[in-house]
Amino acid sequence: MHPELPTWPAGDWLNQALFGYYPYICLAVLVFGSILRFDREQYTWRSGSSQLLRRKQLVWGSNLFHLGILFLLLGHSVGLLTPHAIYSQFITAEQKQMLAIVAGSIAGAVCFLGLTLLMHRRFLDARIRRTSTFGDNAILLILWVQLCLGLATVPLSLGHGDASVMLRLSSWAQGILTFKPGSADYVQGLDWPYQAHLLLGLTIFLMFPFTRLVHMLSAPIWYLGRRGWQLVRTRAPEMPHRSVSVPRHTPVE
Amino acid sequence: MSHVLDRLLFFTRKTETFANGHGVMNNEDRTWEEAYRHRWQHDKIVRSTHGANCTGSCSWKIYVKGGIVTWETQQTDYPRTRPDLPNHEPRGCSRGASYSWYLYSSNRVKYPLVRAQLVKLWRESRVHKPPIAAWASIVEDEAKRKSYMTRRGGGGFVRAKWDEVTEIIAAANAYTVKKWGPDRVFGFSPIPAMSMISYAAGARYLQLLGGACGSFYDWYCDLPPASPQTWGEQTDVPESADWYNAGFIIVWGSNVPQTRTPDAHFYTEVRYKGTKSVVISPDYSEASKFADLWISVKQGTDAALAMAMGHVVLTEFHRDREVPYFRDYVRKYSDMPLLVRLVAKDGAYVPERLLRASDFADNLGQANNPDWKTVAVEEASGAVVVPSGAIGFRWGEQGKWNLEEKDANGRDVKLRLGLKGAHDQVAEVLFPYFANTASNGFASTDHPSTLKRNIPVKKMALKDGETFVASVYDLFLANYGVDQGLGGEHLPKSFDDLEPYTPAWAEAVTSVPRAQVIATARGFASNAEKTNGRSMIIIGAAMNHWYHMDMNYRGVINLLVMCGCVGQSGGGWSHYVGQEKLRPQSGWAPIAFALDWARPPRQQNSTSFFYAHTDQWRYETLDVDDLLSPTAPDGDWGKTFIDYNAKAERMGWLPSTPALKVNPLEVCRRARAEGIDAKTYAVRELAAKRLEMSCMDPDAPENFPRNMFVWRSNLLGSSGKGHEYFLKHLLGTSHGVMGKDLGGTGRRKPTEVKWREQGPEGKLDLLVTIDFRMSTTAVYSDIVLPTATWYEKNDLNTSDMHPFIHPLTAAVDPAWECRSDWDIFKGIAKKFSEVAPEALGVEQDLVLAPIQHDSPGEMAQSAEPKDWWKGECELVPGKTGPNMVMVERDYPNLYKRFTALGPLMNKLGNSGKGLAWNTEHEVEALGKLNGVVTEEGATKGMPRIETDIDACEAVLMLAPETNGEVAVKSWEALGKQTGRQHTHLALPKEDEKIRFRDVVAQPRKIISSPIWSGLESEKVCYNAGYTNVHELIPWRTLTGRQQLYQDHSWMRAFGEQLCVYKPPVDLKTIDPVRGRKPNGEKEIMLNFITPHQKWGIHSTYTDNLMMLTLNRGGPVVWLSEVDAKKAGIVDNDWVEAFNSNGALTARAVVSQRMREGTVFMYHAQEKIVNTPGSEMTGQRGGIHNSVTRAVLKPTHMIGGYAQLAYGFNYYGTVGCNRDEFVLVRKMNKVDWLERPRPQDRTGGAS
Repeated sequence: MHPELPTWPAGDWLNQALFGYYPYICLAVLVFGSILRFDREQYTWRSGSSQLLRRKQLVWGSNLFHLGILFLLLGHSVGLLTPHAIYSQFITAEQKQMLAIVAGSIAGAVCFLGLTLLMHRRFLDARIRRTSTFGDNAILLILWVQLCLGLATVPLSLGHGDASVMLRLSSWAQGILTFKPGSADYVQGLDWPYQAHLLLGLTIFLMFPFTRLVHMLSAPIWYLGRRGWQLVRTRAPEMPHRSVSVPRHTPVE
Repeated sequence: MSHVLDRLLFFTRKTETFANGHGVMNNEDRTWEEAYRHRWQHDKIVRSTHGANCTGSCSWKIYVKGGIVTWETQQTDYPRTRPDLPNHEPRGCSRGASYSWYLYSSNRVKYPLVRAQLVKLWRESRVHKPPIAAWASIVEDEAKRKSYMTRRGGGGFVRAKWDEVTEIIAAANAYTVKKWGPDRVFGFSPIPAMSMISYAAGARYLQLLGGACGSFYDWYCDLPPASPQTWGEQTDVPESADWYNAGFIIVWGSNVPQTRTPDAHFYTEVRYKGTKSVVISPDYSEASKFADLWISVKQGTDAALAMAMGHVVLTEFHRDREVPYFRDYVRKYSDMPLLVRLVAKDGAYVPERLLRASDFADNLGQANNPDWKTVAVEEASGAVVVPSGAIGFRWGEQGKWNLEEKDANGRDVKLRLGLKGAHDQVAEVLFPYFANTASNGFASTDHPSTLKRNIPVKKMALKDGETFVASVYDLFLANYGVDQGLGGEHLPKSFDDLEPYTPAWAEAVTSVPRAQVIATARGFASNAEKTNGRSMIIIGAAMNHWYHMDMNYRGVINLLVMCGCVGQSGGGWSHYVGQEKLRPQSGWAPIAFALDWARPPRQQNSTSFFYAHTDQWRYETLDVDDLLSPTAPDGDWGKTFIDYNAKAERMGWLPSTPALKVNPLEVCRRARAEGIDAKTYAVRELAAKRLEMSCMDPDAPENFPRNMFVWRSNLLGSSGKGHEYFLKHLLGTSHGVMGKDLGGTGRRKPTEVKWREQGPEGKLDLLVTIDFRMSTTAVYSDIVLPTATWYEKNDLNTSDMHPFIHPLTAAVDPAWECRSDWDIFKGIAKKFSEVAPEALGVEQDLVLAPIQHDSPGEMAQSAEPKDWWKGECELVPGKTGPNMVMVERDYPNLYKRFTALGPLMNKLGNSGKGLAWNTEHEVEALGKLNGVVTEEGATKGMPRIETDIDACEAVLMLAPETNGEVAVKSWEALGKQTGRQHTHLALPKEDEKIRFRDVVAQPRKIISSPIWSGLESEKVCYNAGYTNVHELIPWRTLTGRQQLYQDHSWMRAFGEQLCVYKPPVDLKTIDPVRGRKPNGEKEIMLNFITPHQKWGIHSTYTDNLMMLTLNRGGPVVWLSEVDAKKAGIVDNDWVEAFNSNGALTARAVVSQRMREGTVFMYHAQEKIVNTPGSEMTGQRGGIHNSVTRAVLKPTHMIGGYAQLAYGFNYYGTVGCNRDEFVLVRKMNKVDWLERPRPQDRTGGAS
């Protein structure tokens, strides 16, 4: 005799697959995919900038987009992953939601403007269109859709000021990250824009290692705190140098 | 290890700072540096070069990595020169360095391509028909033929298999041979020297087939006719290292750093020795900055400048003060001491023929060729003598053809220079003057058409009565306006008198200040006086591209001869254009022209061929009457140029392709049926006018060229003068011709050649181009075959600029489906042999060949030329008409013949420049080296020539320049003619035999041979004419001397016995189009000049991304600031240049460098790159040749007359184009024509 399988309603199963299992697939691909690509395909690890082809629109488009998207990323990370117990000592959930709506809308609008400019440039400038890969075009479109979905949740959130949805979303995110079973239940039955936004967001994680988005991981922020201008290598014997054809020199103090 | 882990090893990372924290030391991973090391690592280096039409001939290192050619750098292992002479290396330029780009570029032809409509028709008909019948079914149906012909120049190529395209080609060739005659198959490929075996591959196939090879040097107008006229030599020049031996250099119309880049260092280096340099160029060229004096001459007036310099030299160094070296030189080495008959005209006299031994009652004791022995007066006795060395001594007797100061009897004689003091009388002699009218803004002066000068003459009793004779020297001085105290009309008293040809006169004509003329002439001559002739003139194509190029060049040559510079180290005439000396020529010719199987080959002078068959003659604007001399002999000279050309072909002066209106195989068949030989039959039928020569009716379908091969060439994108006429008449596709033909303009129509009201459009059934890149010619072809690049094949390369022979070798195999030219033609030959039996077997073919220079035949017509066609004489082949020789073609065995060295090398031996030697030993040695054919059949036991390397070995084995034993044999052969010992020049190298692997290892110096007039030794640099002067070998002219007086009646008709200044001609192409299609912008008329460029070698590299990036990325024309302002043009504007020949579009480069009144379009920029449509024609832009049309000069057609006898690429009409004017106009609308042409709109093929 086989042990009896638990029976779930079809909707439950789908919810579990999309919000319970899918996130782990996406995160696993994100992590291992990025590592593999960084190790194996160093020359492809780049932002793929088209600035050499045309500066037009890029200054505005790129800066607005990056400003907006970085703020949104930061907001999402902090907003979703900060445990309720910590922030509730300073602000209430309702206040936090209002903060998120206002700041997110502003950043979203900035990002939308930038992204739209970039899309206009990429699809209508003949020179850039010719040199664009499928990936370059697809990621722009997907980010734009994702942004629109995110902005579409703003009026919905305004409709329930009690922050219950926000709490459910952060519980889901924290649950997934802490491998808590049944986290998917938190987001079951949410309005479709929330769910779509979540799914597309996860999909972006999934695509991440295969696109130019990887340049995010190599953003040279450490450069801001660099110590010296002239870099030289030591000639420590334990260094893993395979080639010794270049004569080494001792730096002069 | 892992990049990720490396990044994560925060805690083992050692960093410390230094330099007060400005430096940081760390131990980060360094493996990324490998990328930079790998960038320059390679698997092997292979020696090759660039087979572009370039005299550079630079040896290069080709780097290969992972089976891919990655880059190239210059070789530095040329054999050293001697102390006190700089080495040759490094040779190369930016163009060559960009070549590897082509190999894997999108412009590479990667597969056999065929026009879609054609291959569809072929496949349909091939289902039921054998190949030749299938081809017949296509071309005999005019609708089918037009269906692909009209698409030429458009898109629509499809890939095909080698097997299929070679079958189409073989079937087309076989059909043409059978139906029209083998000489309807034509091939064009330039300058063999740059890749000899590739040239030989196609030529060998064509010659075995009976097809014709077109010449190139004359067609490109790089052949200076003045050289054969003066020296009996096509072109021979010093190597660039010899510049270093010069004491004074004039760079005249040459742009050394730009177009002779790898050689320019010798020019720089010699200036450190203190050598003076004058650069003569209308524009401030790159070379001008090398100059001590830059002379900006009005373009097209160089002859006037040269005449004025000659005037100064003759006055100061010959008349006022007799420089012993100069006088000695001209006495020994020029025709100046020789005598000329005078004939009465208009109450005075004109100089006529050079006096010959045969003019005297007793032939002056000369039994052999007295007609061809010129005479002079001995200084001591005043007696008339026959000095040795004239052409009459060259043939029919031995041992007296030399330049020793002896007469025919071996007696020492010193010839008298000028008759003054020994004269019987003073006669008034008329000299023609042409510069009293000029068109298009060129200057003219107010002088009569004939200038009367008093000349010292002797009265002599000749066979035909008492006759005045004068010496060339006296005529020469008088022609220059240098008075020997005897007086005459319009003779100057000083350099400041405005009389021809003083410096003051030159100032009026050329715009050059007289002081510059005088200073240059004095500097040039006084250096030559002090150094015994080390004054040199380097010339480029610029001066040779004018209609009266021979006047420009003869002016320069005169200057060199009167200063004793020719044949002296560091001196002489350095014409560096398009020659690329084929050093092992006599070893190569048997392979290339299949002389091992049949002689003579079919060789055609391309200028006359294209003039006739692209119907450029139908649009002639020039009238002979405007060119004739007032001193012309009586006679009917008023004919059209096509009439002149046909006459020259009939009389055996120029070759004819096709030759006869009837298929020559059919002629032989008919003769056989009658039981007489084909020659007898043809002579009888031609005389009876039942058989017609093709030249009499070029527009008859029987006389069309039907199949054409173009390989190693971009005929339509580069050299094709009259580009639009090619498109209209030869190809039958869309074109930009805007002028009307003679039927429309009412100008003089031909009287002897048949005029047809309707000019045919579309003569070629099949155009096959073989190239590695999709050139303009490829775009206009029916079939394009992908060939190996210069890094993918084995071949040989030589140049006139240096003495080395070096190879092209395959660094990698041909990419994609490409094959080497050798393999392509071998493949076509194989397929042809398979296809041929359907219609052809062993056939007899009647070859008509012109009277050849360097053969006894060159003494054919000593008297006034007579035309058999007009009944003036009998038709005697080789004498009054072309040679006729029946040869056997074994069509089913064509492939076997292609791949084996045939029996004639043993039977007839080898030869070159009139010397013959036995070559059995070399044939035997080649059989051992290459192996012999072991298969049963027609070639069993003969040496194999299977691969390109086999062919290289054959050339190297047979040539005196690469086989010391042959060199000794050929010097011996020459010694018999001259009666002098020459073998000492080669004996030290008798055992040297250069093989292919030797030149792969290192470039090798060639061995001195009598084929060339210079020596390559440890003591001297190669210098033209050196052996004439130092070994006393005569020049191969009528007089055996440097011949400054041209006495042929056609020369006299056009007033060119002596050098004169003739202003550029008026081609009348502007008025028909001026204001015809206004676009609101101003049209200005400018002289259209096409110099050689910096960003390409002709069209090669002009489609190369790297060179495009260094230039402006597409076609450009250069304008002066003044002209640009007049037309409202600013730099980088799109402009259009047009005249009745066609139109071209380009961007404008507005530069201070340019001289007002000229527009430069560098030769040759491809119209496949960034070229918009023309507002005038609606066609895509055009190339530089869209606004040109070839014009012939009758004096270049002369034949059967000593040095004025035909030789392939040696003499003949040349395709000049610099007298052309265009209207330049800013474009209003730049239309890229990004839509199908009308004829391309209706359906394509599957």
